[in-house]
Amino acid sequence: MSAIRVAIAQCSPALGAVKRNLEMHRQWIARARDAGARLIVFPELSLTGYYLKDLAADVACAVDDPLLAPLAEASRDLDVSAGFVERSRDAKLHIAQGYWSKGKLVHVHRKVYLPTYGIFDDGRYFGPGDRFETFPSAGGSAGIAICEDLWHVSVPYLYASAGAAIVLCPSASPGRGVAEGGDLGTAESCRLMDRFYAQYLTVYLVYVNRVGHEDGIAFWGGSEVVAPDGTVVARAPEFDEHLLVGEIDPDLVARERARNPLLRDERDDLVLRGLAARLGLPLERRD
Amino acid sequence: MCFAVWPLASAFRSSAVTNTLARTGVIRPDPKDPSPLRIDEVLVRKMVVLFIRDEVAKAGLKRAVVGVSGGIDSALAVALAAEALGPERVLGLFTPYRTSSEESRRHARELAKMFRFRLEEVPITKQIDAYFADNDGDVAGRIRVGNKMARERKSIEYDRSWPDGIVIGTSNKTELLLGYGTQFGDMAAGINPIGDLYKTQVREVALHVGIPPQILRKPPTAELWEGQTDEDELGFTYAEADLILYHMVDRRLSPRELIASGFDEKLVGKIREMVRRSHYKRVMPLIAKLSLRTVGHDFLYPRDWESD
Repeated sequence: MSAIRVAIAQCSPALGAVKRNLEMHRQWIARARDAGARLIVFPELSLTGYYLKDLAADVACAVDDPLLAPLAEASRDLDVSAGFVERSRDAKLHIAQGYWSKGKLVHVHRKVYLPTYGIFDDGRYFGPGDRFETFPSAGGSAGIAICEDLWHVSVPYLYASAGAAIVLCPSASPGRGVAEGGDLGTAESCRLMDRFYAQYLTVYLVYVNRVGHEDGIAFWGGSEVVAPDGTVVARAPEFDEHLLVGEIDPDLVARERARNPLLRDERDDLVLRGLAARLGLPLERRD
Repeated sequence: MCFAVWPLASAFRSSAVTNTLARTGVIRPDPKDPSPLRIDEVLVRKMVVLFIRDEVAKAGLKRAVVGVSGGIDSALAVALAAEALGPERVLGLFTPYRTSSEESRRHARELAKMFRFRLEEVPITKQIDAYFADNDGDVAGRIRVGNKMARERKSIEYDRSWPDGIVIGTSNKTELLLGYGTQFGDMAAGINPIGDLYKTQVREVALHVGIPPQILRKPPTAELWEGQTDEDELGFTYAEADLILYHMVDRRLSPRELIASGFDEKLVGKIREMVRRSHYKRVMPLIAKLSLRTVGHDFLYPRDWESD
């Protein structure tokens, strides 16, 4: 597998205006195609906007809803990952991130960790996802961590231990903490996470944040691609819309894992045994 | 009116070590250390300008109307509005009462010249005096006259905002938290760009955007009566209040913890009680819940609800 270009759509979705957002997606996808990208990733809830409140039920759709067909269509020659409100078969609402490839929806991740504190109220309006699954992406095996998912150390760890070379993190991160020092508190925290996960799990971390405002809250942008050696491959400006293009190179993943074989040496069995013992779960050895 | 009673937090710029601790959440409350109030003026200016631009557009409006009193809060709000929308889209209104000072008029005009927005003067003496002459006269008392003035001014701002303008709020975080303002008067607005900045922080940002020193340095006053200053009326300084509010609100310290850290017990109690008693001013009016779905209770749509 050779290196590929990944595009990040650091865009500003309109809140509750799904058709307008679909047209916006079409335009960004065209730009990514022109830039030679094999994959474009949109931020969390890119088709609907983030602070939906009661709008969540109004804009929700099933994974096979014709509304999403334009994304499938657009994915014939480059992969597309975008966010939407999924209404499950049993009518639960989820914050979902789809991955479309060659005209089909091939993977959906439902946000597991729904923050319901401070300026967040996800848990009031949505149900949680219940799994972290890797899938084959344009740049190799990948896992999706939607915003708060990434703040839980176990999430990128589970993906890396399942063989992911890429963690995609579509976000709607509100900027806050304007203390002295020239950067937002949230920006500092996110960059710390991105670099730490990338370097110590030897994966590509693709952080996709949106910009614009919703009800007075600013999303700060600053999307970035961080390589398994900890270098920032590409970083978008803060607060402005930007199509960011970065390269994902599987050879670099291989080289870095040879040099720094943390994943190879990771004792998943000890993690599992420790957790099983603490939770009182039976642990059966599989031969 | 000097820097001694009105200190810049930047004068207390703390060491790199303290900054790092501040950034990582380990804050030590200390009545003598105002450095936690330090903010990044460049970042704040950028965020507020983008906020005004974006939220005015989302409201479907094009212009901004700002009541310009000659004081520092409205000076900062109008300067940032002019930067965000272009000065030609900003209307400043100077609305003097007969007790308003000539200095205020001069300062409002200086701001208009400096930030190139249109300033109009709309006196409110006639209608205020006519109202109180017919109702209660002198027994009304200065608080009622002050409230009436604040609401009259806001009524004019809203009138002049029609049909495509938004009224910009000029209440800072200190006033909002203390309830030191008139409900539906100076507290009313379509959007408020400076409501998350304490008074001392307003001063930092105002200095950065170039508000003239004579406006920065004068003692804050609502000019509700002659010779009034905020700090005399409140009985404490903004510097004291801001630091207590910062630790209590932003850092979630309890009054007990603040007192244990050396803050004055009476002052902490007084400020805590002002915040509690004025909370009704900061929320929408209560609606009696009767039906299956009620505005404000469980009919919860975002304000920036857009259409296709």
